[in-house]
Amino acid sequence: MSRAGLRTPTLFILVAGLIAITGFAQSWNVALTIVNMGLVSAIVALGLNMQWGYAGLFNIGVMGFLAVGGLTVVLVAMPPVTEAWAAGGAAALAGLAIGVAALVGAVLLRRRLPPGPLRGAGTAAILLAGYVLGRAVFIPGADAIERVNPAGTGFLGGFGLPVILAWPLAGALAAGAAWVIARIALGLRADYLAIATLGIAEIIIAILKHEDWLTRGVKNVVGIPRPVPFEVELLRDPAFVARMQGWGLDPVSAASILVKLAYAALFVVVLALLMWMAEKALNSPWGRMMRAIRDNEVAAEAMGKDVTRRHLQIFVLGAAVMGIAGAMMTTLDGQLTPGSYQPLRFTFLVWVMVIVGGSGSNWGAVLGGFLIWWLWVMVEPIGLWLLGVLTTPLPEGSALKAHLLGSAQHMRLITMGLILLLVLRFAPRGLIPER
Amino acid sequence: MEGLLNAAVVMANFVIVPATAYGAQLALGALGVTLIFGILRFSNFAHGDTMAFGAAITILGVWALQGAGVSLFPVPTAILALPFGILATALLLLATDRGVYRFYRRQKANPIILVIVSIGVMFIMNGLVRFVIGTEEIRFDDGARFLVDVRGFREATGLAEGLAIRTAQVTTFLTAIVFVAALFWFLNRTRTGKSMRAFSDNEDLALLSGIDPERVVRVTWVIAAALAATAGVLYGLDKSFWPTTYFQLLLPIFAAAVVGGLGSPLGAIAGGFLVAFSEISVTYAFRRALGHLLPPDWMPAGLVQLLSTDYKFAVSFVILVIVLLFKPTGLFRGTSS
Repeated sequence: MSRAGLRTPTLFILVAGLIAITGFAQSWNVALTIVNMGLVSAIVALGLNMQWGYAGLFNIGVMGFLAVGGLTVVLVAMPPVTEAWAAGGAAALAGLAIGVAALVGAVLLRRRLPPGPLRGAGTAAILLAGYVLGRAVFIPGADAIERVNPAGTGFLGGFGLPVILAWPLAGALAAGAAWVIARIALGLRADYLAIATLGIAEIIIAILKHEDWLTRGVKNVVGIPRPVPFEVELLRDPAFVARMQGWGLDPVSAASILVKLAYAALFVVVLALLMWMAEKALNSPWGRMMRAIRDNEVAAEAMGKDVTRRHLQIFVLGAAVMGIAGAMMTTLDGQLTPGSYQPLRFTFLVWVMVIVGGSGSNWGAVLGGFLIWWLWVMVEPIGLWLLGVLTTPLPEGSALKAHLLGSAQHMRLITMGLILLLVLRFAPRGLIPER
Repeated sequence: MEGLLNAAVVMANFVIVPATAYGAQLALGALGVTLIFGILRFSNFAHGDTMAFGAAITILGVWALQGAGVSLFPVPTAILALPFGILATALLLLATDRGVYRFYRRQKANPIILVIVSIGVMFIMNGLVRFVIGTEEIRFDDGARFLVDVRGFREATGLAEGLAIRTAQVTTFLTAIVFVAALFWFLNRTRTGKSMRAFSDNEDLALLSGIDPERVVRVTWVIAAALAATAGVLYGLDKSFWPTTYFQLLLPIFAAAVVGGLGSPLGAIAGGFLVAFSEISVTYAFRRALGHLLPPDWMPAGLVQLLSTDYKFAVSFVILVIVLLFKPTGLFRGTSS
């Protein structure tokens, strides 16, 4: 094997080593938590790598697609709240339908009429009428839903289906959202696309936070059904406890580790499947065409490639992968907390993963996902330890020492920024460069 | 007649005064973004956190001045501390340019790489701000709270509705006018300002006529620092300082800069006010103002609010998208390529 061929496995072994050190030094529970979120992060990074690495599309709305995935989990897996449906479900949905109908009507009208003042006025009139009428129907319905047991439910609930089903559906829903966004924003120059996606992500989060009838808003949806058994269920099984004790393990921590391993197994299957497809696609004629478009749009267009359509396609595909990852993330948490979606953590961190791993390289994205997630979690304890060592000469109880130790948590952002800048400067092609 | 006056007072109190102050803050922010775009040719995503940094240093200055017993009553102490904030921000931006951006400029890197670099800078600045001042909400609007308060206004005019104008709002507006006037004087009347505009219009021609590009870039960063720190302080005075809100200002600020036409200072100001007035009037409930105009039995049942305040981002976003789709160079013909 050549040196370049050895590079990828070596780097993966190094990252695995870092996680193993965490396992020995802290606990295997922490290490497995990192592995699980690392797997999800790797999938998000894979999705972003499709958009940025294959096609050069500058999407900083990753958080929005992750949130769409999270919402899908609630809609699929939560049991339906029949009372709420009876109270206002029909009215709320009818109101939304009127709004959608007005949008479709406006689009159709624009296609039929020639440009001119009539077309502009007609479009505006249909949209305004649809908005006012739709809201008039919708708001009483939504209010009725939110009044049904607001402390416990106060939302429509979902369809009560198995939670795993939400993962592919989340991909489909995120793809649909991405299609709409792409129709509006693709074709703009790169940094305009960035600002547009940033805005859309903020709007999606605003919807999740404030549409209580759909997501309970900042009251959070908790107790989402899980694809794996609960720890307490395992502990209630005497056979399990006996076997663990027979192996000389503490049943409580063994149960928690076993549950995490079960999640990890599910996630590995998804990652392996997506990775296989991504590698096949990247190394196919289609993948070469994508990279040709990225490297020189004008030349590709001259060769007869439909650049806008290909961009649309890859944007939707990448968003679908992000949606799947978002659903997995919410499944892992077991709750949807709209207030916790922060762009630094859910959009820009993914960018660090892709850039550090190597833009355009699928293995790089996966490696970046694990490495950067490990760092994100570990920088705080490492920073605390480092500041502890550095401040030892300071007297106990000094204000500066307390401030420095209290600020260890902010080291995280500074470290991530430094890593991004250092990689961009000294290894712009990333740890595993695109071939 | 009195109904009309009362309605006008309600509108002034809840829409015009707040939107003017907010518009001035957005305009200052958008001016910074547009200048950096004009000279350095990339969209600076770290601008929001630059504003937060300027505000954070200024707050430290305010605390120091308050500790020393210095005050400018009734004007907030922050105005006195603002020069410190500007100085620190300018030093930070010059250091960032030297350490980070200059390398890519020399390489003539793709602008999108510079945008990603600015994201890295954004991370560091965000961490730095939290490191310096923590993540708690801070109010630092000392000085007189109101210039015109509701009760005084009612007693003076005899109207049913009151008007409140906070000192922070007036300070914002006056400071913004001073800064904008100084900026335009600088750009149009001084040699350095003219060389900046020449550089922005046509880089090659400017280089040929002997303009030192590095000097232009340095001056641009200093001006951007002054604008960002001022905008950050004024926003913090008007609302409150919260390190995380400044990132969210990025969207309205970019919307303002793009609407006005990236690279056009006049456009940035117009864009700032356009975004601020649309955002506040679309999310304002007009019921109270209509109450003074319509006969009681014509009163609408709802709040007459087009969009809930929760979706104020959507307003800047929609403005942005409409402008990009129909007039991509902006209202004042900026650059679009």
